[in-house]
Amino acid sequence: MQDAVAPEGVLDTFPKLLEHNARMRGDRPASREKMFGIWQSWTWAEVREETRALAVGFMALGLKPGERVAVIGKNRPRLYWSMVAVQWCGAIPVPLYQDAVAEEMAYVLEHAEATVAVVEDQEQVDKVLAIKERLPALRRMVYLDRRGLRKYDHSELHPMDDVERLGRAKEGELGRALDAEAARHGGGDVCVMLYTSGTTGRSKGVVLSNDNIIVTARASVAFDGLTEEDSVLAYLPMAWVGDYIFSMGQAYVSGFCVCCPESPETMLSDLKEIGPTYFFAPPRIFETLLTTVSIRMEDAGRLKKRIFDHFMAHARKVGPDLLDGRPVGALDRLWYGIGELTVYGPLKNALGLSRVRVGYTAGEAIGPEIFRFYRSLGINLKQLYGQTEASVFITVQPDGEVRADTVGVPAPGVELRIAENGEVYYRSPGVFLEYFKNPEATAETKDAEGWVATGDAGFIEEGSGHLRILDRAKDVGQMADGAVFAPKFVENKLKFYPAILEAVVFGAGRDRCVAFVNIDISAVGAWAERNNIAYASYQELAAHPRVYAMVQESVEEVNRDLADDPLLSACQIHRFLILHKELDADDGEMTRTRKVRRRTVSERYAPLIDALYAGAPSVYAEVEVTYEDGRKGAIAGTLEIRDAKVVPSPMRQAAE
Amino acid sequence: MSLEASEAAPDDRTYAKIEQEHGIEPRSLGGVLMEVRDITLRFGGVEALKAISFDIREGELRAIIGPNGAGKSSMLNVINGFYHPQEGEVVFRGERRGPMKPHQIARQGIARTFQNIALFKGMSTLDNIMTGRLTHMRQPLWMQAIWKGPAEREEVENRRRVEEIIDFLEIQAIRKTPVGRLPYGLQKRVELGRALAAEPKLLLLDEPMAGMNVEEKEDMCRFILDVNDEFGTTIALIEHDMGVVMDIADRVVVLDYGKKIGDGTPEEVRANQAVIDAYLGVSHD
Repeated sequence: MQDAVAPEGVLDTFPKLLEHNARMRGDRPASREKMFGIWQSWTWAEVREETRALAVGFMALGLKPGERVAVIGKNRPRLYWSMVAVQWCGAIPVPLYQDAVAEEMAYVLEHAEATVAVVEDQEQVDKVLAIKERLPALRRMVYLDRRGLRKYDHSELHPMDDVERLGRAKEGELGRALDAEAARHGGGDVCVMLYTSGTTGRSKGVVLSNDNIIVTARASVAFDGLTEEDSVLAYLPMAWVGDYIFSMGQAYVSGFCVCCPESPETMLSDLKEIGPTYFFAPPRIFETLLTTVSIRMEDAGRLKKRIFDHFMAHARKVGPDLLDGRPVGALDRLWYGIGELTVYGPLKNALGLSRVRVGYTAGEAIGPEIFRFYRSLGINLKQLYGQTEASVFITVQPDGEVRADTVGVPAPGVELRIAENGEVYYRSPGVFLEYFKNPEATAETKDAEGWVATGDAGFIEEGSGHLRILDRAKDVGQMADGAVFAPKFVENKLKFYPAILEAVVFGAGRDRCVAFVNIDISAVGAWAERNNIAYASYQELAAHPRVYAMVQESVEEVNRDLADDPLLSACQIHRFLILHKELDADDGEMTRTRKVRRRTVSERYAPLIDALYAGAPSVYAEVEVTYEDGRKGAIAGTLEIRDAKVVPSPMRQAAE
Repeated sequence: MSLEASEAAPDDRTYAKIEQEHGIEPRSLGGVLMEVRDITLRFGGVEALKAISFDIREGELRAIIGPNGAGKSSMLNVINGFYHPQEGEVVFRGERRGPMKPHQIARQGIARTFQNIALFKGMSTLDNIMTGRLTHMRQPLWMQAIWKGPAEREEVENRRRVEEIIDFLEIQAIRKTPVGRLPYGLQKRVELGRALAAEPKLLLLDEPMAGMNVEEKEDMCRFILDVNDEFGTTIALIEHDMGVVMDIADRVVVLDYGKKIGDGTPEEVRANQAVIDAYLGVSHD
């Protein structure tokens, strides 16, 4: 199977890989999508035909080499194909986050000087039309779903079907010009431009070459032994580099099938139907899955619950060892086998994970409990550490060396270096060309020898050679007395409790730490239902005394944990409050990939932070919120502030 | 979901304005689909409707509004043939309509939704919408039970239509969920789906927005507009939320105490003194 992987050398662009796949495995499925309740599939040969027609169509519409084309929409096969069609014309696709509001979209479209926008539906057409005056470069829009658009002015707006039809008609006329264009491009040319989600300030356009993507994809395909027999579910935003590597790079290199869900809401049932063999999900998804399982087990009958608990305890004991091929006693093996038949197998099937050979999680730290849960079921879940600027892969965990607290060893071809201040630097074939139209930022991030700063602080563990990430380098600060302050580390500890969705810890330059907490409405809601606690809104539930008590317990447990860590014992949380609204990307409090924007949060909620430090028992808060359609409103309420017990650290006392 | 919907009718812009901004050509209406002439409906001594006349043109979004007790629902029941008025006549698709039996009512090409949802709570979304295809099932019951040949083909065809509607209304995620477990706004959407499954010539919506929050209302507005736009379905809707009606309707009939007090485009109706009085409250003597 391995030799069917696309050979190196000449196949250095996506259109060339597509032609290769259409020749070598023309009859194998390349894309699937659930439409009208049925999974439709397209073979590599069909995908090549469709993509070719689109490419000629784009050329006929006047798309020039080097121009940027925005692609906006949910994961749909035809949007993926259109990215390759754009590359066929020598132009550069720029996928955008489809849930971004018009204002955010305007910045990227303007900065990228996109001349054409390929969009999914009326929603996106309306958004782009709303900001059109600010986009002098934008000439045309191509859309996928006709619905609601029939009566729009079609002088600069084209249904994708028409573009394909145009392409088929013009094949004779423009086909050779297109072939010539495709032949002119190689590994060193720009492949795709991806805008970073921007934890700090404006997002930057990361320019990645064909070599960046394809060489990286090739190495990672070999690392995990992926073949054309594999399949993935493409459900993460197309604008995210991970999706570009998994659903485009690796799929085109190894020839596996990319499946698109029917709608974002049906993702979990689609997952179950497809049963992918290769699965990527941020920790949040794994947490959600586990939360659903726990909630349903709480409601199950007593016998079922006891069987479940018994076998899960056994799985925790021997499951990870079995997965890593370490010796396990025959009796334990037999008992695990029975568990597989009665509990683990059906459970994995219900989660849609029964066929997963390789599963990855990245982006955020994953709770050790959650990580162990999946590993003990026999799911080969691993962690990787990556960045858009690295074409994803910096470090990854090899089979047999998987742990919850590290992010693995350098990926194939990657060199690592830890700077004086603890910041992690890397150099690899995947390192980006530049930030688009931003040479200063490029120079700041990438030095002349190609070393790139990750912005994360970490260290390489003695013995195993695994990298451990502490926190964002610039977030690691000092408290008033000089102790190390690593907020992310503490927040992650808090987030591992099911009731806590998000936490923001403050304390840089202060004498003690305080925290904001967001409750997880699905977990806390289910708990409230079980305990007969009535509530009318998120705000009311968040303010409930028993919810406060539960969170307080978690905070105090984290404090006890931190007290044992000589480095971070000063980061214990003295006071906390539960926010009356969820932190939201629409309010700018989080990035689109759901990472907290610390500075924005501390500015928006400054009075709350002051109250936490002032020792007030409660605080009145009013905060402006942006609804999904861009309108604004306000949520107000009085929030209780609680003190949490702090454990004196033996070491610090001794020092005093 | 809500984001898409909210594009349909942001509250400070009317549909006409959006059309203008996007260079959409103004809507052109077809011939008369239904005409009601001098309808008077009595329940015993109570006159629910008094000498009401108006027409509904093909492809139109026609609204019937009025304060509580104005006779809106009675009017709807006359239109679909459930009530037979004592006086006046209803002409539907060029034919004058006499009293009808229930199965005739069902097969005439008029589908409706109800003010208080009337779905089969224990059945899934899919099955509920499938019931809307009943009038399109020609095979006898025993053939459907054997499910071979023509019966199978018929079911496949019906299922295809139903799946198109599920896709259209964006309810894929609840395809197999029992309707009783769904929130109110979604149940309303399923009911709309069932009415659409009948492929009606005329779709009657009885307070489709009642009891909904702003977001759900905006969703519903967009679906109503899209049904009208994509399928070309003629729609008559009853609503007492004036704002919504003025945004989406082509023409509006206003009833008060069983009498027609206004008829015309939203702008005309809004300027009508009798309508203003009825809504703001003027003593009737």
